[in-house]
Amino acid sequence: MEKRKFDVAIIGAGGAGMRAALQLSTAGYKVAVLSKVFPTRSHTVAAQGGITAALGNVTEDNWLWHMYDTVKGSDYLGDQDAIEYMCRMGPQVVYEMEHFGLPFSRLENGKIYQRPFGGQSRNFGGDQATRTCAAADRTGHAMLHTLYQRNIQAKTHFFVEFLAIDLVRDAEGRVQGVVALDMEKGEPLLVEARATLLATGGAGRIFQASTNAFINTGDGLGMASRAGIPLEDMEFWQFHPTGVMGAGVLISEGVRGEGGYLVNGAGERFMERYAPHARDLAGRDVVARAIAIEIHEGRGCGPRKDHVLLKLDHIGKDEILDKLPGIREIALKFAHVDPLEAPIPVVPTAHYMMGGIPTRYRGQVVVPARTGPEEAVPGLYAIGECACVSVHGANRLGGNSLLDLLVFGQAAAEHIVEFLKENPTSPPIRKEGPDLALARLARWERREGSERVADVYRDMQGIMQSHCGVFRRAEVLKEGIVKLEEARQRLDRAAIGDHSKVFNTARVEALELENLMEVAFATIRSAAARTESRGAHARDDYPERDDKNWLKHTLAHGDGTIDYKPVRLKPLSVPSFPPKTRTY
Amino acid sequence: MSAIRWRSRRGMLELDIVLAKFLDRHETRLSEDEVKAYLGLLEYPDAELWDIITGKGEPEEAEEALLELIRMN
Ligand SMILES: Cc1cc2nc3c(=O)[nH]c(=O)nc-3n(C[C@H](O)[C@H](O)[C@H](O)COP(=O)(O)OP(=O)(O)OC[C@H]3O[C@@H](n4cnc5c(N)ncnc54)[C@H](O)[C@@H]3O)c2cc1C
Repeated sequence: MEKRKFDVAIIGAGGAGMRAALQLSTAGYKVAVLSKVFPTRSHTVAAQGGITAALGNVTEDNWLWHMYDTVKGSDYLGDQDAIEYMCRMGPQVVYEMEHFGLPFSRLENGKIYQRPFGGQSRNFGGDQATRTCAAADRTGHAMLHTLYQRNIQAKTHFFVEFLAIDLVRDAEGRVQGVVALDMEKGEPLLVEARATLLATGGAGRIFQASTNAFINTGDGLGMASRAGIPLEDMEFWQFHPTGVMGAGVLISEGVRGEGGYLVNGAGERFMERYAPHARDLAGRDVVARAIAIEIHEGRGCGPRKDHVLLKLDHIGKDEILDKLPGIREIALKFAHVDPLEAPIPVVPTAHYMMGGIPTRYRGQVVVPARTGPEEAVPGLYAIGECACVSVHGANRLGGNSLLDLLVFGQAAAEHIVEFLKENPTSPPIRKEGPDLALARLARWERREGSERVADVYRDMQGIMQSHCGVFRRAEVLKEGIVKLEEARQRLDRAAIGDHSKVFNTARVEALELENLMEVAFATIRSAAARTESRGAHARDDYPERDDKNWLKHTLAHGDGTIDYKPVRLKPLSVPSFPPKTRTY
Repeated sequence: MSAIRWRSRRGMLELDIVLAKFLDRHETRLSEDEVKAYLGLLEYPDAELWDIITGKGEPEEAEEALLELIRMN
């Protein structure tokens, strides 16, 4: 097997991976970034709404208010040390991107344009704040292109169209790199590194209705899980309130930020009933659940009463085309309506994974060990959507994810620099180091099989959608676990028809499905175990939040067992925000 | 040949859907020139490709016929 040696291997070239890479390459380290797609086609490119930071360009603001909103938004499950760190660093990382050349939209006075987003308040729960910085409706695209250009200048080494298969570890569990599949050649490559950083993004494709691109298959989570690392808080998935009915394509919250609102089958502006103060700009979980209740109770729209409508025509043609330019094309193409004249049919759609690989706020991956619940795995880091640091807790606020990518991309890079200084060399890789990865590749060479990957894929998505969606209940979840177990067994019996080497998409999809399966199991098992409702996890049979028993993080192991660890309620320097009832 | 399948995997779900539909219908019938033109289209950044498909961007002349097929999906 071909082998390459670097100081750091970064898996994933989205906003998180490229932010970290830039820092490390600039510091003079030899950095490899692996990506299964061309870097600027990473999912970060889809982020339209913007990045949240308390710049105070439109309304007076303060990072502590941002912190309060984030803690409250997380339904108090977020770790307050990590949240403090993120909100405090917000303005700095945004100005840094401005300096790198990210073309932000501008206010008349020349400052960075900011728009109001759901869950943002002034003065600890007071009036709406205006905190999300935007580059028109293409913030993610602008961020990714800026970071890519900078990385090229900094001589980051990109391995494009390389699919990471599994981590390579020594006998003590230290991570020493990764085995990847060179998709063009169809051959494995061993990338040896003193530090390995997972930045593989989300896994929204476990659900049938998802706003996520097809590449969001949770590969990093699968790799971590197979390396014996539990997955944290996987029951918490954000359902975006406004995915286009049928297609999943997202209608940005920016639409509601600019004055759009939701109506039910009776033409009622129902959010006034659920969140009298914030209305359509309440937290996403609140709005998604409100829509689900309206539909569930027969107040949906259309002949099947299976969606609600997002109305924006009153905003005015010029304003829509100017402030929300992409929205019209999406509505025309996927909903077949012109939003300048008619409302858009929408449903809650799986959007963001709050859980992930457990990390501390400087990016180190941590696992329970004899010494405590959070012992660092030497040489392994995770950032971005694949990580659970946990700043989003039970529910993420819009615009906080792009912020998370930059803040923890930088923080992890800084910690890696220290780690590399303390570990100038790494022990040689054992002969059996790459075995886990090679066995996975060999498995799909098998020609005999009674099942098709595409069928299992579709069925898994259907099971997750109907058994682990917006509304959850014990019997339904339990039945889902049984069905998912059957699907997993079918995957064991599956084979692919195509055994060619070059760009064998069938093989890639099979490998991706194995990862999705790990994620789906962790999700549904964690959801069945948590008998309370908190943030995005809504149990029909346990409708209340239960701080006495459940103010703790879930850790789902690959073998099916579940552990818990405490929430970090103590911030770094400011007083804690104690749990309160969450109203908007 | 599967390179065109894989490179049709994008960062934007909008493109995933439109391109997958296009390939499902036309992949086996594309001429060599059309495959070349299609691979060329895939080189555009996601946002630009989406603009081109929705009629806002400025594609090359050689890409127009192919775009018509993609837009029909
Ligand atoms: C439609 C949409 C709109 C959004 N809008 C916003 C917004 O306005 N504001 C906001 O804050 N957040 C937004 N989000 C969320 C945010 O975009 C994502 O959480 C964030 O971009 C994830 O970034 P990332 O760097 O962690 O991963 P990604 O950008 O998803 O990148 C993952 C990288 O990992 C690589 N990869 C994955 N698996 C492998 C493998 N096995 N081998 C090699 N490489 C691999 C991929 O090629 C890719 O380069 C939005 C999300 C969606 C779906």
